[in-house]
Amino acid sequence: MTSFSPGFRGRARPLADRLPPGQYPTEAFPVLSTGPTPHVPTAAWDLTVTTEHGETRRWTWDGMMELPQQDTVQDLHCVTRWSRFDTRWRGVPLDVFLEDLETAAEHVVVESHGGYTTNLPLADLLGGRAWIAHTYDGHPLAPEHGGPARLLVPHLYLWKSAKWVRALRLTTTNEPGFWESVGYHDYGDPWREQRTWGD
Amino acid sequence: MRTVWRTARLAERHAQTRSGRSLVFTVPGWPGHLPGQHLDVRLTADDGYQAVRSYSLAAPADGDRVELGVQAVPGGEVSPYLADELPVGAAVEMRGPLGNWFVWSGAGDEPVLLVAGGSGVVPLASMVRARRATGSPSAFHLLYSVRGPDELWYREDLLHEDPLLDVRIVYTRRSPQEADREPGRVLPADLRAPTARLEPASPAYVCGPTGFVESVADLLVGLGRDPATVRTERFG
Amino acid sequence: MADTSDHLDGNCLAGPLSEILALEPTTAWWRCPQCARSGPLAGLHVYGPEPGLTARCPGCAYIALRLVRQGEHVWLTVGGGTGAFRFRVTP
Repeated sequence: MTSFSPGFRGRARPLADRLPPGQYPTEAFPVLSTGPTPHVPTAAWDLTVTTEHGETRRWTWDGMMELPQQDTVQDLHCVTRWSRFDTRWRGVPLDVFLEDLETAAEHVVVESHGGYTTNLPLADLLGGRAWIAHTYDGHPLAPEHGGPARLLVPHLYLWKSAKWVRALRLTTTNEPGFWESVGYHDYGDPWREQRTWGD
Repeated sequence: MRTVWRTARLAERHAQTRSGRSLVFTVPGWPGHLPGQHLDVRLTADDGYQAVRSYSLAAPADGDRVELGVQAVPGGEVSPYLADELPVGAAVEMRGPLGNWFVWSGAGDEPVLLVAGGSGVVPLASMVRARRATGSPSAFHLLYSVRGPDELWYREDLLHEDPLLDVRIVYTRRSPQEADREPGRVLPADLRAPTARLEPASPAYVCGPTGFVESVADLLVGLGRDPATVRTERFG
Repeated sequence: MADTSDHLDGNCLAGPLSEILALEPTTAWWRCPQCARSGPLAGLHVYGPEPGLTARCPGCAYIALRLVRQGEHVWLTVGGGTGAFRFRVTP
């Protein structure tokens, strides 16, 4: 799972090609919160994956750090209209956690410390497009940005990249999460500007 | 309640501090308000994008004149625009008055404690001005925490000779030569004298940044104030 | 669970809730079903405003309500669940 040339983008593309509709670029990394920031020591951290049959896999922090790691450089798009380019992350691709699972589920509910949830299709967590990220810009991920570990699904609006992730629950039905249940889009593709329920 | 958005035209802008402004708007149809209440301001961009923020009213009701206190927050989306860019004569939208909790009704005659952190003094200035205007017999004790002498809002109103208004200023970073205490955050000792003059039912109004409000409210309870008499308003 | 993020309080819900409630809400009394602490809506801790407002118990962070304004709709949940009411309001 070694990644070659992390951060290589080839010849610079015009900014406009990287900015989804209705977004503006920022150098800042705004923090949006829905509650008190959880402070989870890595010694107490774990990640569980549960299928619709109840089969459960569990990784401790040390167990996760022994898995194949990957560096990735990504553009982030927040539904509140800011986009931040070329953010540098290190983490474990979701494929590693989800491989060879006995499941017919098509949906995932992601659960976080503090009670936050978000839903997305299982397929969007596979194929090297999603990570459990624990390092940002060379440093351990800070609690206000979701540390010790957050989900990173950069091809969807950032509210899908749940901070303080602790569990993935595979489901056969689509269960709306924290923001999806109050008017935000179930899928949230920034390039199709799927911000709200009717988009 | 069905508050409506009204057109509000900027009539006057006065600098209170380097980044704090008094803005006076004319709002036809404004229904009046109580000391301590706030309103929402709505800005609309050319592409239809809207931003709504709450601001405290700084003066008692005066027909269709509405005075706000706006502290420009660096990098903020709304406050720097209101503080320095919105031209005099231009309009925004407002709805209000809002909130009945952080309000001084003016009905009683018991002494009142006001504790302000920075621009948290804005709604408390409205209470001070209302007390003076109505001739209420309530004595007001204001503890006002600011970084330095150049950060004081409403100098004329607050430092004006008034037997029923006792103002004590706590400087957190730089104090003037004549100050009787080292710069630093509000401590129990700062609150002991004003709380000693309160009655058990006296209300305390605490307004400022979140951390300041949490800290002062805890100190007041620690000094024996009934939590039910402590009313707080936080801003980000 | 320590709180390092900034929050506002229930006073700031007066305007957004005025679009769907007939009475001034900030003096309304609320009792937390999780820790039994009680007090006015004005005393709740409020996170937001973007992408939505989340009001929590000041004692234990239990969710009292959530409110999202989108175009001609206001979405409201009461309590910690995800079942929402959607109101149509004037823009």
